[in-house]
Amino acid sequence: MQYLLRFVAVGYIGLLILVPLFVVAQKTFENGASKVWEALTDETMVHAFQVTAYAAAHAVVINTVFGVGVSILLVRYRFPGRRLLSLLVDLPLSVSPIVAGLALVFVYGRTGWFGPALDSLGYQVIFAFPGIVLATVFVSLPLVVREIVPVLEEIGTEQEQAATILGANAFQTFHRITLPSIKWAVAYGVVLALARSLGEFGAVKVVTAGGVAGRTQTVTSLVEQRYGEFDELSAYSASLVLAAASILCLVVITIIRPASDKKSSDKKK
Amino acid sequence: MSARTGKVWSLLGRGRRRRSKGDGAALARGSSLGLGVATIWLSLLVMLPLAAVVIKGTGNGWTGFWDALSNPSTAAALRLTVSQAFLVTAVNVVLGTVVAWVLVRDEFPGKGLIDLVIDVPFALPTIVAGLVLLSLYGPDSPLNLQFANTRVGIFIALLFVTVPFVVRAVQPVLLELDRDVEEAAASLGADRFTIFRRVVFPNLIPAIAAGTALAFARAVSEYGSLVLISGNLPFKTEVAAVRILSLNENDNPAGAAAVATVLLFVAVVTLLAIDGLRRWAVRRG
Repeated sequence: MQYLLRFVAVGYIGLLILVPLFVVAQKTFENGASKVWEALTDETMVHAFQVTAYAAAHAVVINTVFGVGVSILLVRYRFPGRRLLSLLVDLPLSVSPIVAGLALVFVYGRTGWFGPALDSLGYQVIFAFPGIVLATVFVSLPLVVREIVPVLEEIGTEQEQAATILGANAFQTFHRITLPSIKWAVAYGVVLALARSLGEFGAVKVVTAGGVAGRTQTVTSLVEQRYGEFDELSAYSASLVLAAASILCLVVITIIRPASDKKSSDKKK
Repeated sequence: MSARTGKVWSLLGRGRRRRSKGDGAALARGSSLGLGVATIWLSLLVMLPLAAVVIKGTGNGWTGFWDALSNPSTAAALRLTVSQAFLVTAVNVVLGTVVAWVLVRDEFPGKGLIDLVIDVPFALPTIVAGLVLLSLYGPDSPLNLQFANTRVGIFIALLFVTVPFVVRAVQPVLLELDRDVEEAAASLGADRFTIFRRVVFPNLIPAIAAGTALAFARAVSEYGSLVLISGNLPFKTEVAAVRILSLNENDNPAGAAAVATVLLFVAVVTLLAIDGLRRWAVRRG
């Protein structure tokens, strides 16, 4: 029975995930590594990686600052509409990326609610970088918050109150008490958000209409376009880089996680 | 090892919360400012855009909304999406629980790798996931399996992207489960299946349900991993998310918004269900 279950579990995960990953790596290097390098250093490819990196960097910074602030609000304060706020933060996780992109177009697009006003001010959001960043922020919004909230709940408020009583101001309390205890959760959330941001496809595709090669095209859109043009080598090469990045993020998380678990179990003693 | 990896599903809260009512301060001036900024930002980024979808989708009244959904091609896409999501979710409930069980209760070489790999579908960009599956099941498949442009392809892609949800929801609960009760049951003569059914399983129900809800929501809303492998053939392999996109590109934003409203509704109901489950699990202790 034990062996049967083990066999089923390993077989299922292996066939579904490991084997396909292996096949992609194999297909990419079918014609040798130099061809892969050629494909990866192609001008529009490099540009696409720059766009993706730019969007991901912005999204991660925005979500980290926002995530720390909102987590503290959600855990440490009671105010009307708190549950609604919590729901809004979680929503992007289960909303389809296509719906997310469409929603942003309806509000910030040229004919959207704010489109004409933004247009007259000279800002273009949709089909431009701000739209890519907005879409990326949207889809990775809950990741940092959801990491910090349980940790904040776990550590309680005793130390923070003690610091306040001893005369620390709000910033000192945050900087010396709260931040050190949530730093691993923040790190973990940041890596998750980074992985998600680098790989976002659906929402970004909608707000850029697939992207203009060499301008607003992200790596994920480029993969789709190249595959459609039967340029499998480029598609596979770019995919392999993205896959490597996301697996690297996972490995980093696995390394961070025990550190943060140890930290929180030390606290409990 | 990394049982808590992918704590996105910490939405579950795992019943460990020690929060008591009245804990938490009223807002002071600085935090009110923070709340204001957060509210404005969330409104601009999430609330207004999603409201715009609903308003556009229902702008022509109930009949308009209904007409948009009962367009034959749209209705077919919705039916396909929901039925595939149910199928995939059912597989996840069983195999997700088995995988979680094996990862917690079994020891074998390579377990760490399997544990790490579970999260790959979550971290892997969806378009890459689609390409990965296409390379295995597509036109020049090394296994000689042809699932491109078929519903089987959709099914496999959805299985791939929803693997982590049930596993990662059940795993931490199994880890914290008290073994004494199982030993007591065994000493009283219960066989292993009875122990699982009567002792272990009832404890896992909230976690399985929450993981299931997340998997279902993901399956219904999936786009990236399907776009390459499904071929997007109307009436055959076109899913709801792809349908939204094609409606929007064909200058029918109201129709696109109507379908998007349905998907949004599923997302909200899922979150509320999970929140309800969490509260229930906490109350039950």
